[in-house]
Amino acid sequence: MATAAPSLAADRLDRLSRIWRERSGLVGWLTTTDHKRIGILYFFTSLAFFGAGGVEALLIRTQLLGPDQTVLSADAFNKAMTMHGVTMIFLFVIPMSTGAFGNYLLPLMIGARDMAFPRLNALSYWIFLASGIFLYVGLASGDAPSAGWFNYVPLASKTYSPGPGIDFYALGLIFNAISTTAAAINFIVTIFNLRAPGMSLNRMPLFCFAFLAVSFALVFALPPLTCALLLLELQRLLGFHFYDVTAGGDPILWQNLFWIFGHPEVYIIILPAFGIATAIIPTFTRRRMVAFPLVALAELLVAFIGFGVWVHHMFAVGLATATTVYFAAASLIIVIPSGIQLFAWITTIVTGTPRFKTPLLWIVGFIVLFMLGGLSGVAFAAIPFDQQVTDTYFVVAHFHYVIFGAAVFPILGGMFYWFPKVTGRMYYERWGQASFWLTFAGMNLTFFPMHIVGLLGMPRRQYTYPADMGWTGLNLLESIGAYLLAAGLLMVVVNLAVSLFRGERAGNDPFGGDTLEWATTSPPPAYNFPVIPKVSSPYAMWDAEDREEDARNLERGRRVLEQGHETPSSTAVDADWDEVLSMPSNSIWPPVLALAMAGIFAFLLLKLWIVAGIFLLVCLAVLGAWHAREPQEAA
Amino acid sequence: MLIAAIALGVAGCGGKQSTLDTHSTQSHDIRTLWWWMLVVAGIVFLGAIAMLTIGWIRRSRPGLPFFGQSERVETRLVVLFGMVIPVVVLVALFFVANVYVIGKTEPPKPGSTAMSVEVTGHQWWWEAHYPGTTAVTANEIHIPAATRVEVIGNTDDVIHSFWVPELNRKIDLIPGRNNRLLLDADSPGVYRGQCAEFCGLQHAHMSFEVIAQPPAQFRAWLQNMAADARPPTTPAEQAGQQDFMADQCASCHTIRGTAAQGQIGPDLTHLASRSTIAALTLPNDAEYLPRWIRDPQHFKPGNRMPGLNLSDQDVAALVSYLRSLR
Repeated sequence: MATAAPSLAADRLDRLSRIWRERSGLVGWLTTTDHKRIGILYFFTSLAFFGAGGVEALLIRTQLLGPDQTVLSADAFNKAMTMHGVTMIFLFVIPMSTGAFGNYLLPLMIGARDMAFPRLNALSYWIFLASGIFLYVGLASGDAPSAGWFNYVPLASKTYSPGPGIDFYALGLIFNAISTTAAAINFIVTIFNLRAPGMSLNRMPLFCFAFLAVSFALVFALPPLTCALLLLELQRLLGFHFYDVTAGGDPILWQNLFWIFGHPEVYIIILPAFGIATAIIPTFTRRRMVAFPLVALAELLVAFIGFGVWVHHMFAVGLATATTVYFAAASLIIVIPSGIQLFAWITTIVTGTPRFKTPLLWIVGFIVLFMLGGLSGVAFAAIPFDQQVTDTYFVVAHFHYVIFGAAVFPILGGMFYWFPKVTGRMYYERWGQASFWLTFAGMNLTFFPMHIVGLLGMPRRQYTYPADMGWTGLNLLESIGAYLLAAGLLMVVVNLAVSLFRGERAGNDPFGGDTLEWATTSPPPAYNFPVIPKVSSPYAMWDAEDREEDARNLERGRRVLEQGHETPSSTAVDADWDEVLSMPSNSIWPPVLALAMAGIFAFLLLKLWIVAGIFLLVCLAVLGAWHAREPQEAA
Repeated sequence: MLIAAIALGVAGCGGKQSTLDTHSTQSHDIRTLWWWMLVVAGIVFLGAIAMLTIGWIRRSRPGLPFFGQSERVETRLVVLFGMVIPVVVLVALFFVANVYVIGKTEPPKPGSTAMSVEVTGHQWWWEAHYPGTTAVTANEIHIPAATRVEVIGNTDDVIHSFWVPELNRKIDLIPGRNNRLLLDADSPGVYRGQCAEFCGLQHAHMSFEVIAQPPAQFRAWLQNMAADARPPTTPAEQAGQQDFMADQCASCHTIRGTAAQGQIGPDLTHLASRSTIAALTLPNDAEYLPRWIRDPQHFKPGNRMPGLNLSDQDVAALVSYLRSLR
């Protein structure tokens, strides 16, 4: 008997890998529905867009390195700053955090074998890729948008922006929002229904709470944006008048709709990063998070209250004082849940026994930068001060501390933290630490002086400035900082790229991680876990008995689901075993559908309505083909 | 350290348009609010850094100094620093900023000021009218010092934002709205302002000056500004006027008291009294005025004034006429 058991287990693993095997080569990547491979596609695509947005940033900083420079023309500068904002927000941070990190890690952390809707997941990726290319076709053809990333009307109307640049922006972002909405719904269903039986909500890792909050925020925040963009395109392409004051419209409508999306968006950008922080801190401090329930609640509250503060972007518009005061109060209230999270992280580090390895360094850097960005953010709830410094470099400093400091730093920390899991190899620790310090220094040198230059009266978005304003020295510092920052980021990329081929073998759990992704091999097999894991706390990996029971279950054949392409579903709150789901497998239809949808948007832009209509019919036909073979049959 | 860094930076740089170099009660109160916020934020920041430092020093020892490992104490620490202290500080901030200071910087009640100026934003320059008079000027707004002046702002095209940081906060100029702002300069002086809301290609070159004068001087200025243009006297000036009417200049610019009644560009009736051209892009002097007339697109690409391929002779005549319009 003792010799028979291992071979039984090996048989099971063999059977599972046959059931979950995907096609190889390029076809495999095109047809994949494996959340991990989709996550990797998201990672490289959004990394490429990060590079593009970074180049735009360096062009901006080179133009502003000194007064009265002519590196970029006014037009090129305005396009660069618009595309920089659009790229970093829509094509880098969101797809990187939700698309790459969320896709890859969330099913692993909850002990599932895939996302709830694997083909929809693939579709999300392909639409994201197509929408990104769509926006950059605009830039390549010389017609990039140039009205800033929040694209105020009437500047963005046909009268003042006659070229197709704004149409690339509006149609591209509507297209992009389809991808993000689908992904968010997929996360919500996955989190509520695919948790390993036994992982009741109170045993779910904080990382997953953050993604639950983000996904709900996305589902409610994107419709106002899509609506604003649709009204804009109706006005631009068909001559409607929603924002046209001479015909009874109102330009403030755009601002309201945009910021009803735009402020929750800020929390959408940073909440996944909070999730990454709450994953890294326990591992490296070797203790559980302090005040777990408060932190979980704070993550959800931030996403909720984030919907009630948008007017603080509009304090200089001349709205009634009662309105602005209300929104200022709401903006102060949202500080509280952020403060709770901040001090929960700090207290965990203080009371734990932290190992300051590269991933934790990025998180400590994040805490410092988020605090600075948060404190300068509080100042914007002081209405008169906001009205003084809004639309100056003080704001630019503030939101780069929040977005670069509080979102990108944890993303970079997460890249190091999960690199061994995804690749099976270790990164170079010393180079990792050095790249942190270089990036941290570059980040502060770039963005800290912007506070001061803003207080000295420099408005944002000006392509040049005169020499006698007292801004010259600080701008030079900022540009030097930007080059250092770029060098730091390049160092990260080189470290990881070299480690991919030369790094030491990592093993399953090199850091003593607390969540379930560390229970499986590095990289994980297509089916994630040989046995659906047993869970009795949010720190499942630290419950050694449960992991031993998983091993025994494999031998006994319990919770293995070796009959088909299957994963269990569980009840939403208590995670009682519900049923076994037969999961769809690889399919070529998601990329085909994304391509056909790109056709609709391309021909809308060209005002060829009939051709766009034909592509709509093609989309419907593809959807029919998609559903012609049921997933169960496909498996 | 943070505060010191900022103070040093500010002291070392000065600046012509600084929110910290204040010349009115309004901007002074905002500045005081800022310094207080900075002090409190600095304390919070340093406190948190101190905690992280303790975490680093005690990295091999679990638990807190004095309290040891106690989940209850830890949670209370989070509640104290994350909730209790912020609530107290934020409530105080709310009342100081959004009840007290905001009262000072609010738009004046209609009719409560001695006078008003109507400011219209254009891509990319500023037009100023003085209600009750015929005075019109551009990019140079004169006000009497130590007098409450109401600015009524609107726009001719896209959204702009009127901002003179040394005097008050900013106010957006929005199509279909008349937004109002108070200017009340402590003392005579020149206060630089700039468009703060991105308004297209030449947003960077849309600056202006508010010039606060002793009331008597201001009244004299206003009287001159309301008057028609001075007729040309020398032959060169007369030739320049003829050129102005014959070339396309008059179709865009107004010179009051002449046939030039164009409404697209700035009113030039008293151009020579202004110190800059093209919204503070160039000095208005004998060197730059002809260069501007010859090739306006060189200095401010995309602005609505075309280069007219004028002969050197025409340019010289135009310049001598325009420079006589005091």
